[in-house]
Amino acid sequence: MTLLALRAVDKIFGGLHAVRGVSFQVEQGAIFGLIGPNGAGKTTLFNLITGVYTPEHGEIAFRGKNIAGLRPASIAERGVARTFQNIRIFRTMTVAENVMVAGHHLHKASLGSAILRTRAYERDERALGKRAHELLEILGLSELAGEVAGSLPYGSQRRLEIARGLMLSPQLLLLDEPAAGMNSQEARTLNDQIRFLRDQLALTVILVEHNMAVVMNVCETIHVVDHGETIAEGTPAEIKVHPRVLAAYLGEETPADEAAP
Amino acid sequence: MRAAVRLAIGVGVLLAIFALGLGVEAAFTEYVQRIILLAGINVILAVGLNLINGTTGQFSIGHAGFMAVGAYGTAFVGVQLAGPVHGVLGPGVLADAVIFSLALLAGALFAGISGLIVGMPSLRLRGDYLAVVTLGFGEIIRILFNNAKFLGSATGYFGDDPSGLPAYTNFFWVFAWVAAIVAAIHNLTFSQTGRSLTAIREDEIAAEAMATPTTRLKVTAFAISAAAAGIAGGLFAHMQAGVRPEDFRFEKSIDMIVMIIVGGLGSISGAILGGIFVAVSLELMRDLQQYRLVLYALLLIVIMIVRPQGLLGTRELHHLLRRKKAAQPATPTESA
Repeated sequence: MTLLALRAVDKIFGGLHAVRGVSFQVEQGAIFGLIGPNGAGKTTLFNLITGVYTPEHGEIAFRGKNIAGLRPASIAERGVARTFQNIRIFRTMTVAENVMVAGHHLHKASLGSAILRTRAYERDERALGKRAHELLEILGLSELAGEVAGSLPYGSQRRLEIARGLMLSPQLLLLDEPAAGMNSQEARTLNDQIRFLRDQLALTVILVEHNMAVVMNVCETIHVVDHGETIAEGTPAEIKVHPRVLAAYLGEETPADEAAP
Repeated sequence: MRAAVRLAIGVGVLLAIFALGLGVEAAFTEYVQRIILLAGINVILAVGLNLINGTTGQFSIGHAGFMAVGAYGTAFVGVQLAGPVHGVLGPGVLADAVIFSLALLAGALFAGISGLIVGMPSLRLRGDYLAVVTLGFGEIIRILFNNAKFLGSATGYFGDDPSGLPAYTNFFWVFAWVAAIVAAIHNLTFSQTGRSLTAIREDEIAAEAMATPTTRLKVTAFAISAAAAGIAGGLFAHMQAGVRPEDFRFEKSIDMIVMIIVGGLGSISGAILGGIFVAVSLELMRDLQQYRLVLYALLLIVIMIVRPQGLLGTRELHHLLRRKKAAQPATPTESA
């Protein structure tokens, strides 16, 4: 079943055509890679899917319904979680509180019951705390639950963002450069965690990543964009030897280059 | 069972506040008593404003306007209620208590509604822009009162009685409202709603990506904050014979901001300290007359240099105490 489908999506910033006619489909349960050189439009695509931007043209269908133009909070509620390229954790809050923020759907108690500390409120609060700790456990952060999030090392902050996103009980998880700033050991652990999440939580994962060791290892399908346009899609093995991908990353041989000494 | 225990605790607290009020009245001169009442009102203002400026990170500099709505609302409703309530209960303490409670709630409601009206369009703005809009609204509210004939225009509203508004405000009412508002805002701050408000302050884009209804929460916090300012306004109105528009100038809003910045933005205990600090320091310096504000400004500059995060930073007093306890070995701490 197709979980997410982009159809001929366009995004224009003034004179810059950041995304031009991009279409792709992500099947349920897939680990889908989105790669391309710097400035290719990968993060813009994430921002379009999560509602930060509204596309000028085209359709973004999540579970068969067009979500283009909805507010980010409403898209998140429908089951799309994300992390950010430039980590956006709530720095002064503790690790556990960071995760609990995303648990609105588990916390039905009203404002009044929070002020009066009713039983219903305390029950919801406990459920929320329990779920948050389960997720921190999965990401290997449970010992840090009480720490102030801003004091965590970079790699842990990235994993905290994943845990927070999972608190939404999403069907689709968008990871924006999750391995950035991680050492090779941490990156290997991340590979295992991404697979674990897909298998255990029935997630579908879309990954933007520059670390090719991660992308080629964990992704089943890779979609390559450059200058806002699709240039290739295929399995890791196909993408590794695709001439247009190599050209985009390494540059094309032109007569001028040959002439150069 | 639980409700009964809570009721008992509530009654106990009220009795304790009542006894405390009697004690304060016996122990201090009328001058000191007035400072204590003002400090209590400041605490309500500061804790309320801290919810929006500190916890949520939205900068309002027009809260004197909401205080004015509460002051005028309470005074006006109180005067309207006096006739019918006295007709049923006769004159006396009970009738006064009923009138004042209902009038304060009405004042808070009016202030809360004006908070909603101001908040709904303006909370889409951020930072400086929001500050300018709230400043403007604060002034608009004051100018409206300045021109409202049925509320005495620029002379102020003194009720129907020639001796002015009844002096309902005493230690019991001020302390009881301080306790209620501090408790309510504390519980709100340390709840899922409070976490979401803090998340908005820390990173609004991330908060929104985590399904936080940011606009709704900001407007709600703004209305609650305005309602607290309304209660403070109502208590302030009945401390003196009347309500005058000039009591709610822009400087009043600045005073409130000073309270929460001195105490530490984002800290409820800090806001309490800051409210008391402003009331007491302004009084202590009264003998200096026109140099008072110069010294006041210098004092603030010194505080900002020595402790730029405010007296308490974003921390709470009881958290500091708990941390000390946790640092001692073998003390089991409560899990989050």
